[in-house]
Amino acid sequence: MKIFVPIKRVPDYAVKVKISADGRSIQQDGIKWIVNPFDEIAVEEALRIKEAQAKSGGGEVEVVVVSVGAAAASEQLRTALAMGADRAILVVTDESIDSDTASRVLAELYKREQYTAVIMGKQSIDSDCNQTGQLLASILGIPQATFASKIVVNGDSADVTREVDGGLETIKVSLPAVITTDLRLNEPRYPSLPGIVKAKKKPLEEIPLASLGVESTPKVKIVKMALPTARKAGIKVGSVSELMEKLQNEAKVI
Amino acid sequence: MILVYLENADEKLPKGALCTITAALQMKAHHGYGKVVGVVIGGKGVAPAAAEGAKYGLDEIVYLEGGEFENYLATPYCEALVQIAEELSATAVVGLASTRGKDLFPRVAQRLSAGQASDIIAVLPNKQFTRPMYAGNILADVEITTSRSVVTVRSTGFDPAPASSTSAPVRALTLSASATGGATFVSFDTVKSERPELSEAEIVVSGGRAMKSAENFQQLILPLADALGAAVGASRAAVDSGYAPNDWQVGQTGKVVAPSLYVAVGISGAIQHLAGMKDSKVIVAINKDAEAPIFEVADFGLVADLYEAVPQLTEAVKAVK
Repeated sequence: MKIFVPIKRVPDYAVKVKISADGRSIQQDGIKWIVNPFDEIAVEEALRIKEAQAKSGGGEVEVVVVSVGAAAASEQLRTALAMGADRAILVVTDESIDSDTASRVLAELYKREQYTAVIMGKQSIDSDCNQTGQLLASILGIPQATFASKIVVNGDSADVTREVDGGLETIKVSLPAVITTDLRLNEPRYPSLPGIVKAKKKPLEEIPLASLGVESTPKVKIVKMALPTARKAGIKVGSVSELMEKLQNEAKVI
Repeated sequence: MILVYLENADEKLPKGALCTITAALQMKAHHGYGKVVGVVIGGKGVAPAAAEGAKYGLDEIVYLEGGEFENYLATPYCEALVQIAEELSATAVVGLASTRGKDLFPRVAQRLSAGQASDIIAVLPNKQFTRPMYAGNILADVEITTSRSVVTVRSTGFDPAPASSTSAPVRALTLSASATGGATFVSFDTVKSERPELSEAEIVVSGGRAMKSAENFQQLILPLADALGAAVGASRAAVDSGYAPNDWQVGQTGKVVAPSLYVAVGISGAIQHLAGMKDSKVIVAINKDAEAPIFEVADFGLVADLYEAVPQLTEAVKAVK
């Protein structure tokens, strides 16, 4: 069994992003970068499947983490390797690519080997598009189960519980399938010290985007970025009773 | 023409569908594309929902009814929308950015070789749209460069379409082929909670790191939320410290909420948290630290020890409710 886990390098959610002089991108200098948190959940889930299979004698599971982006994304792949993934592939490009290009690059990588499943974050916390997993499933012609809060693998199918509006839906998908992860699925582990040491020796293959023959003209391009109108600070109240009075009579929300 | 998918709830069209119609009508005004045709898809009882949709200013409504649409699955719904879009020569396909829309539309876009703008909050001229990125810390104007467009609509960005005096013609459709695509429906568990759903609640009460323990969170935040009839939220710091479950998380890595009243208790106001709640109508912050960034966005700030202030507030709310 082999699991394909795409991850993305994104600015840390604690960073206040600023718009660059070109007005179409964010300032990258001095930003702390992290593994997209939803992708971190995907890595964790793949590792849990690997560990569960090993425990139950279900055979070897290889977890392959992949990324498309700047050469520096190797740091995020190393983090995933330190968590326990087996090897990594990075498709290097300096261009800013959209979900469509990302999904076509991932499809090319996927087709090079035989995988049992794709597990990836439901969306990246930078562009917030929530498209890549579904696009990848469509290109590959395989089923999808998005927003997973529980995954149970049974041989050649998986029961996936999905967090949808109004409740939890469970669907059965035949494998291979693309499964995208939501918050409730698990809590990712931190890389251990021995894990970090081991990660340095694990294989990380770098492939230039140009060598894959994937057209990278964006189908959606960013024309302009703006900051939302800042909220004005209101007033300080002196007591709970004053707060209640304001909420009832001024804001009229209670 | 513009094809707009109207997500029905049995025989009714919920508010989200009417907001989607507004966005589609704005695209017609800004981008041309001729007619706007609504489509309703489902297992049964679809015709009444389609008839309902005919009242909101669309040029035509079509509907598709069949056993394979009883429970939503991406592949058959995608196949249906793609066939209808091809048959009617749709230039744009529009739908709601609900969990269903988010699941479905990228597949539709891929099949139609169209670019997709997700979660739009405004329609601009020249195939441009405004959409939030970085959990709303950035608003981006994006342009779809392909000849066909796919758009998902954030319902809070558009008013529901008003009823019009005329009614659009309604027509039943049949498909030439269907697809199952390796996925089957197993079950649906409706969330049965005494409390409203976090992302839909009118009032949200959230606790942060200053709660100091899961017990305090339970003993202070929950009674206040219940007194207000509110949903319960938490900051990432509170979730990471184990005070609250992950699905209560409000923020960039959790849920984005915009209730009428948001009460932040013991939350300092990290950027990632503010991103998830700053569009709330009224924000109340209770925090011991007068310098906490949460006060920069709060309409009403109370600098106080939450262990005293929260029980007082709970009692005061109970007294008036």
